[in-house]
Amino acid sequence: MTTQDTKAKWNLVIDVDKCENCNNCFLADKDEYCGNTFPGYTEEQPRHGHRWIDIKRRERGSGSLIDVAYLPTMCNQCGDATCVKAAKNGEIYQREDGIVIIDPVKAKGKKELVKACPYGHIWWNEEKEVPQKWFFDAHLLDAGWKEPRCVQSCGTGAMQSLKVSDSEMASKAEREGLEGLKPEIKNKPRVWYKNLHLFMKEHVAGSVVADANGVTDCVDGAEVTLKQGGDVVASLKTDWFGDFKFDKLEPNSGTYSISIAAEGKSYSADFELKESVNLGVLKLS
Amino acid sequence: MDLSSFAPEQQCRATLLGLVQAIKVTSKTDKKFRELVAKKDFTICICIRTENIGRVYTFKGGKVTSKSGKDYTTDVVMEFNDSRDAMRMFVPWRDYLDVINMAKLFKMGASGNETLAVHFTDILSAIFDNRVKYGIKMPDGTMRYTNNTNGGPVFVYVKDGKIIRITPMDLAEDDAEPWTIKARGKEFTPTKKVTVSPHTQGIKSTIYSKDRILYPMKRVDFDPNGERNPQNRGISGYERISWDEATDIVANEIMRVKEEHGPGAIMNGTGSHHTWGNLGYWLSCRIRFFNTIGTTYVAHNPDSWEGFYWGAMHHWGNSIRLGSPDTYNTVEDALQHTDMIVFWSADPESTSGVYGAMEGTQRRLWAKELGIEFVHIDPFYNHTAALLGGKWLANNPGTSNAMALAIAYVWMQEGLYDKDFVEDKTEGFAEWKEYVLGNEDGIPKTPEWQEPETGIPAHDVRALARKWGSKKVYLAAGGIQGFGSAGRAATGSEWARSMVCLMAMQGIGKPGVNMGCLQQGTPIDTRFFFPGYAEGGLSGDYTGTGVGINMYQRMPQVMTMNPVKQKVPRLRIPEAIMDGHTTGYPTDTTQIEGQFFEFGYPAPGHSPIKMYYKYGGSHFGTMNDTNRYARMYRHKNLETVINQSIWMEGEAKFADVILPACTNFERWDIGEFASSGGYIHHNYNQCNHRVITLQHKCIEPLGESKSDFEIFKMIATKMDMGAYFTEGSSELEWTKRLFYGTDLKDVTTWSKFLKKGYYIVPPPKEEDRDPVSWRWYYEGRKKDVPEMNPLPADTTKFFEGLQTQSGKIEFVCNSLKRFAPDDPERPVMTKYIPSWEGTHSGELYEKYPLQLITPHSRYSFHTMMDGKDSHINDIVDHRVEIDGYYYWIVRLNDKDAEARGITQNQIVEVHNDRGSVLCAAQLTSRVPKGTVHSYESSALYEPIGEPGESPDRGGSMNVLTPSRPIIKKSHSTACNSCLVNIRVWEGE
Repeated sequence: MTTQDTKAKWNLVIDVDKCENCNNCFLADKDEYCGNTFPGYTEEQPRHGHRWIDIKRRERGSGSLIDVAYLPTMCNQCGDATCVKAAKNGEIYQREDGIVIIDPVKAKGKKELVKACPYGHIWWNEEKEVPQKWFFDAHLLDAGWKEPRCVQSCGTGAMQSLKVSDSEMASKAEREGLEGLKPEIKNKPRVWYKNLHLFMKEHVAGSVVADANGVTDCVDGAEVTLKQGGDVVASLKTDWFGDFKFDKLEPNSGTYSISIAAEGKSYSADFELKESVNLGVLKLS
Repeated sequence: MDLSSFAPEQQCRATLLGLVQAIKVTSKTDKKFRELVAKKDFTICICIRTENIGRVYTFKGGKVTSKSGKDYTTDVVMEFNDSRDAMRMFVPWRDYLDVINMAKLFKMGASGNETLAVHFTDILSAIFDNRVKYGIKMPDGTMRYTNNTNGGPVFVYVKDGKIIRITPMDLAEDDAEPWTIKARGKEFTPTKKVTVSPHTQGIKSTIYSKDRILYPMKRVDFDPNGERNPQNRGISGYERISWDEATDIVANEIMRVKEEHGPGAIMNGTGSHHTWGNLGYWLSCRIRFFNTIGTTYVAHNPDSWEGFYWGAMHHWGNSIRLGSPDTYNTVEDALQHTDMIVFWSADPESTSGVYGAMEGTQRRLWAKELGIEFVHIDPFYNHTAALLGGKWLANNPGTSNAMALAIAYVWMQEGLYDKDFVEDKTEGFAEWKEYVLGNEDGIPKTPEWQEPETGIPAHDVRALARKWGSKKVYLAAGGIQGFGSAGRAATGSEWARSMVCLMAMQGIGKPGVNMGCLQQGTPIDTRFFFPGYAEGGLSGDYTGTGVGINMYQRMPQVMTMNPVKQKVPRLRIPEAIMDGHTTGYPTDTTQIEGQFFEFGYPAPGHSPIKMYYKYGGSHFGTMNDTNRYARMYRHKNLETVINQSIWMEGEAKFADVILPACTNFERWDIGEFASSGGYIHHNYNQCNHRVITLQHKCIEPLGESKSDFEIFKMIATKMDMGAYFTEGSSELEWTKRLFYGTDLKDVTTWSKFLKKGYYIVPPPKEEDRDPVSWRWYYEGRKKDVPEMNPLPADTTKFFEGLQTQSGKIEFVCNSLKRFAPDDPERPVMTKYIPSWEGTHSGELYEKYPLQLITPHSRYSFHTMMDGKDSHINDIVDHRVEIDGYYYWIVRLNDKDAEARGITQNQIVEVHNDRGSVLCAAQLTSRVPKGTVHSYESSALYEPIGEPGESPDRGGSMNVLTPSRPIIKKSHSTACNSCLVNIRVWEGE
């Protein structure tokens, strides 16, 4: 283990399941930087246009089994940051605590640095002619604050900040199933996501009914099996509304078959999964 | 020197002499004070009527001199009956009960020049006010102050007279520890921090907004002594004028219309909410002022409660809560006992209950952790459903009552209800059962029957009914109980009535069976007294606000009384002005029958409205068929329109004279987190901590703006009513007076509170928590929750039974039997009455096949924080910027969009016969086909052509909504019953 690994660094953990798009993080960021300059850290943020913290929306499925997920994104304070490498004259640098800072003086006029971020999270300030981004509110942490403002304002507990070594963070990520964005570019982002599948993966859902006593009723506890190429992908039981939902499926992942059985009745069908789908009301016969 | 050992005469002489010294000393050290003293040259004599004591003060060139003696020829004479009375007033620790007594008994008074008299009281107040030290100095050189908002209390960091940041409050180690709830083997304790709503997190941008009005203005073609050009309101521009000129015009117009037309000619209206604080405008200094001048008040409908007020109340009373239930200690009960929460038109994650920030979110996530199940009945896949998960039943707007009746049908058929409770604690069930089963009208209200109405499959309704009937279930009717968009619809009162009937069938009050969604009912201390804003602040209104109920013995003040009996129903203001007559029904909390008293406008012997003094611009965004209001403003019948507003928006742009008010961050106030008082008694039980804040004056008012108190004081002074209006107290002194009227004085000191800015009321011990609401009723005991409702006269035995005639929950309502038993719109028991604007509307439905719902907004609080060039506008789910303009959003199903060739974020025109609004289209599966969703309460009303006659691109969706009340015998909004169509906007 190198000394670099043992030094505590700031990380942000976001639980996608708990983000409800209240936008307090987005607004706290604007509150902090619009109209305020913090010398050595940043020029003020323009009143409109920048989204140092952005929130993306994703609806999955439809009808009564729809779900909606939100993904807050920001500068990832990457351990191996493309932007730091691109800034040849120290315009962007990483501090010992992991926070990546754009020097507001050195970076003046360097619009090309905006393109250096693979996540699209460096913004160009037209008026001040300087690239800008979220920097973990380092000026506040340096003044004794315990957490950045986005975490302070988060009303659901979806965001947490922690200052730990990379190895501690890696084991936490392993333990809790945390993921970074764009793992393929190997930038070692220090913004982590829990339940990312709610945004990135697909689901298959449906409602199971059957006729009995002259009426149609929901079927509670029906066995639903999802298969692909003869292999069982997953199976579950319907709830009291007769509903089922298989999650964490890859988009455009081909043909699946679904079979349902209850009380001696059954239903089966094949379908092609492009994106999340509600198969609708499925009647056993 | 200790004066108390001397006789009152000696004390008085010494004090009168000492006053000169105090002014001189303060002048030496305090520049602001020096400037104040130098403002006016004048003489004042302070003297004792029955004794030979007096002193004459001469202010000249900023210097003060004095000489002994009485002189009644000075500019101002301030006279006390005797020296004992004078000393009661002079001591800084004065008891205001003594002061009020002296004033009422004519034992003190001021005469002479009113402006100079008020100026003198300003000097006296400034001796103390200017010395106060407040706030906490932070390491980075900022000062940390506290303030409070509609979306939670905040810390305000200020440097060099500028607000740097506004944050939620992280509580300190020495603040009271929060409560813990033990449930199902787990312990739940809220975090020791205070949440804020998004609109509060964005509030700094509205303080520093380009839309702030920074100086008084007059419409360029308005001449109070010549041509008034009312037809140009909303079109012509404004010119800057001085405060002196502005207040001259306003005071002269008030006096003119009173002389020319008699009582009632001045109307005052405001939004339903205001900037936070007990002393600020809304139910406090506004009422003090308008009571003082005599006013036709705009009578508010029970806007958020419509269905519960006009419907549910008849089944179970609760008039003090406008027909809603109380919710004491239900958080603990729900976490311990309930199996499922049914959210019926309830989206607390969007509406914060009301004022509740994000306090309830944490608790709902606990419920999820415990495995409590959720069902959401709402035409929109709302944000509570999205966060918590659970089944979403997207019923057609306005059809909820059909589903409710079908649920009751299943329970009746399958015996899934509490028969003992129905037998002992309710009345009229058998009669209603006949209707539900179809024995009365031949139509059994089966799940199959409701399917074509609601669009919800019969099997889903049957599954829900069976689960509900066999488990312990909380029903959330609205984000806080009694709210909910379903209640603000043509079928709103029938829906709310059914909610009561369903709860009666399930035995409300049984452990785990109650109303709520963990938004209300935290185990905080309800016995520690601090008033809500509806307790009336400094209004002096002992009958129209809670002053007479909760503050009379705590914060004595001079009574104010409006002698004008005339009032105008808020939703009928345009008809009152343009047609000259209208009628309405009152919002009355004292008894069930209060709502039956129809009133007419004009009132007997009163003048029609000639002058409208409006606060802010909210009616365009919030009142139905909004174009009526625009047309009304341009009508010749309105001679004068004054608007007092913080921002240049909405109705402010239709005024003749605009008076710039400042925000609550620029003046003194005091208030508690979420504590409204009034209709929502103990409303702070939405919060995890009771947070009482001193609302520091964080910065000076921007530009020439002033606090509402100061504005009213200036106008009142020009009518010789200034001293009466202020009682000689400054805003800071009023703040202190209120502090001493509360239990805060027993647990902290004024100076500590002034410095720290807040106090956390410790929660009671676990065993001392309030009883659970309705438990007493379920168990057949006397009422034991801490609210005085019903009044003794409304029961047969004190605290026994409900407010209804039978004292029980009535399936068939005695109040309606007595009032209007044959009213087809509101039968004596709840029935399914299809919406008068909906899928049964024939040709209208063919022409406008989309049903628009407009719930309360998520990111703005009514019109607050929307528009105003605010940060909120940049939230992608709030407004969408297209070609530099921020458009309001309309959400429609992908299929409806496709059929109309509408694409994402395209500008569309939402239209019907009442008008049209330009919006940005958001394509979504969160509404089913045929339903469209947009929020009410745009702050902007920006017609692209003639006001009242052209499309609005500001986003005032209420341009489209009907002005027809839910039922004729009501004053209500049915804003969620609205047929529209949508087309791509291709320009004019």
